[in-house]
Amino acid sequence: MSNRSDHHQEISEQNLTGYWQSNLRLLAKLLTVWFLVSFGCGVVLADWLDQYSLFGFKLGFWFAQQGAIYAFVALIFIYAWQMKILERKFGVDDDKERSS
Amino acid sequence: MTTQVLTYLFVGASFLLYIGIAIWSRAGSTKDFYVAGGGVHPVMNGMATAADWMSAASFISMAGIISFMGRDGSVYLMGWTGGYVLLALLLAPYLRKFGRFTVPDFIGERYYSKTARIVAVICLIFISFTYVAGQMRGVGIVFSRYLEVDVSTGVIIGMAVVFMYAVLGGMKGITYTQVAQYCVLIFAYMVPAIFISIMITDNPIPQLGFGSEVNDGSGLSVLQKLDSVLIDLGFNAYTAGTKSTIDVFAITAALMFGTAGLPHVLVRFFTVPKVSDARLSAGYALVFIAILYTTAPAVASFARLNLVDTIHNSSYEQAPQWFSNWEQTGLVSWEDKNADGIMHYSAGSENEVKVDRDIMVLANPEIANLPGWVIALVAAGGVAAALSTAAGLLLVISSAISHDVLKQTLMPNISEKQELLFARLAAAVAVCVAGLFGIYPPAFVAQVVAFAFGLAAASLFPALLLGIFYKPMNKEGAITGMLAGLIFTFSYIVYFKFISPQLNTTEHWLFGISPEGIGSIGMLLNIICALGVSKITRPPPLEVQNLVDDIRIPGGAGVAHQH
Repeated sequence: MSNRSDHHQEISEQNLTGYWQSNLRLLAKLLTVWFLVSFGCGVVLADWLDQYSLFGFKLGFWFAQQGAIYAFVALIFIYAWQMKILERKFGVDDDKERSS
Repeated sequence: MTTQVLTYLFVGASFLLYIGIAIWSRAGSTKDFYVAGGGVHPVMNGMATAADWMSAASFISMAGIISFMGRDGSVYLMGWTGGYVLLALLLAPYLRKFGRFTVPDFIGERYYSKTARIVAVICLIFISFTYVAGQMRGVGIVFSRYLEVDVSTGVIIGMAVVFMYAVLGGMKGITYTQVAQYCVLIFAYMVPAIFISIMITDNPIPQLGFGSEVNDGSGLSVLQKLDSVLIDLGFNAYTAGTKSTIDVFAITAALMFGTAGLPHVLVRFFTVPKVSDARLSAGYALVFIAILYTTAPAVASFARLNLVDTIHNSSYEQAPQWFSNWEQTGLVSWEDKNADGIMHYSAGSENEVKVDRDIMVLANPEIANLPGWVIALVAAGGVAAALSTAAGLLLVISSAISHDVLKQTLMPNISEKQELLFARLAAAVAVCVAGLFGIYPPAFVAQVVAFAFGLAAASLFPALLLGIFYKPMNKEGAITGMLAGLIFTFSYIVYFKFISPQLNTTEHWLFGISPEGIGSIGMLLNIICALGVSKITRPPPLEVQNLVDDIRIPGGAGVAHQH
């Protein structure tokens, strides 16, 4: 079961920890945004936001039925892009593997 | 050509396409059968995931539900898309790196326990069969209305097609069929939506259309007009909610975490070549899903406005053709309570018209007087949505049986050839069971949808999350947590839905949370129990801790390996 491949034995313990800590920090930031656009703007603050208007929608309603979904899409692509940068920085990327 | 001939042509042509793909992409090994050989392009996998995810419920029922719930329907829109963020950030890349075949595989290996694996298999089978039953009902409705065949015949035709590509092709056949099915279903959804948006507001983009002005010269936007029309008829305003904030919060959370824990969605991310592809693929999947999910609320508001306009205060004699077409299916009905020959639609007891939510998408093209080929397209789209999801679910059921129960637990000595044969047999049996569900639908189908998401959120999601992010989590903790979440959520739903349905009101609910949202409490309970028990029992063995280190690093994913 301990199938750690040769690939990572070349990577220093320090880089592994650094990579994982940076990943967790990035996750914390993105999940905060995820929470704010859906549970924040779409649920808890929605009634208050309804006093403003956007493209003819009440703002809270727009977040709940449109805005949150657009934000979700953006969050995943930002994560994929930032992780690629992190992985190259710490030398743990999968660039050399069979590409798609 | 009549609409019916067109419908036969469209649905028939789509079936031929699916069967053609099935023959072209036959599975040759267990790896082909379980994870499509592990070489699916991320965009292709995104499309397949979207088709897998968008079921008959998303295609046929969701806009209808929102149409009648108004703002309260937002929980489904946010819940069923927000889960993909959790999936992409917290689970998919790590499960891909782990690189085996099924979700119970991960639970069994990470928690070094056959018990944990079997608990995961039980959760998986329960979640997936609940879901399949709903798909078969969708196929039945489409066939009985559009092709005017018996519901049973419709289900049997549908099952025969799924049988062809699921049993022959396994994951490989299903993946490429789902790509085709996505194209059919999204085209079928968007065409009428764009037509109707132009008709009502002159704006060709439905997502913007339902905020635009209605082109009747009133100067009101669609939502403003809908609010005022509905209030006049005694309904709640469309853009105002009736559910309490805490309940909306809990339901949205249960749907999100449940989405991220659904086995048939998770397993799709085992099929891409490497870890970074799993992340990208989840992003593409959500783009393809978002196209439909941002259109649905627009369709919902247009359809409600259209419905009130065409039905309310019009005489039954001059009722449009669609009304009598759908009356035959029992999905709309009119009872002339005051014997004046006029249809009254309102919230109070004087209401004379009953409308089933499922017709809001299916009848929409007819209500809006769109040409016959659009109606035929919607029929083909509805069938594609139902079949693609059914196939994905049947595959996870059959691989859990052949791989986790037989190969990994009961009969470890069978060869790969025998395992593949068992996988095909299990898929065949699952198809037949699902077919029976469709022909003899259990009365509780509609009642138990909350089960699938609540149980996934309360059982599988925390076990996967803690397995990746909390290294000291051990088998005792994980098994206790899964069972606690599962039993609590299951009992709460059964109590309020079946044992004492008369008590199913806000004042009796725990913290004011409805059975639909209770999965989020079940999830917290699972995490608390798992953490508590893991503190007082032995930590996991060293090789499991090494496994956790290994899945956290993207490099070296290789291909899905045999073990």
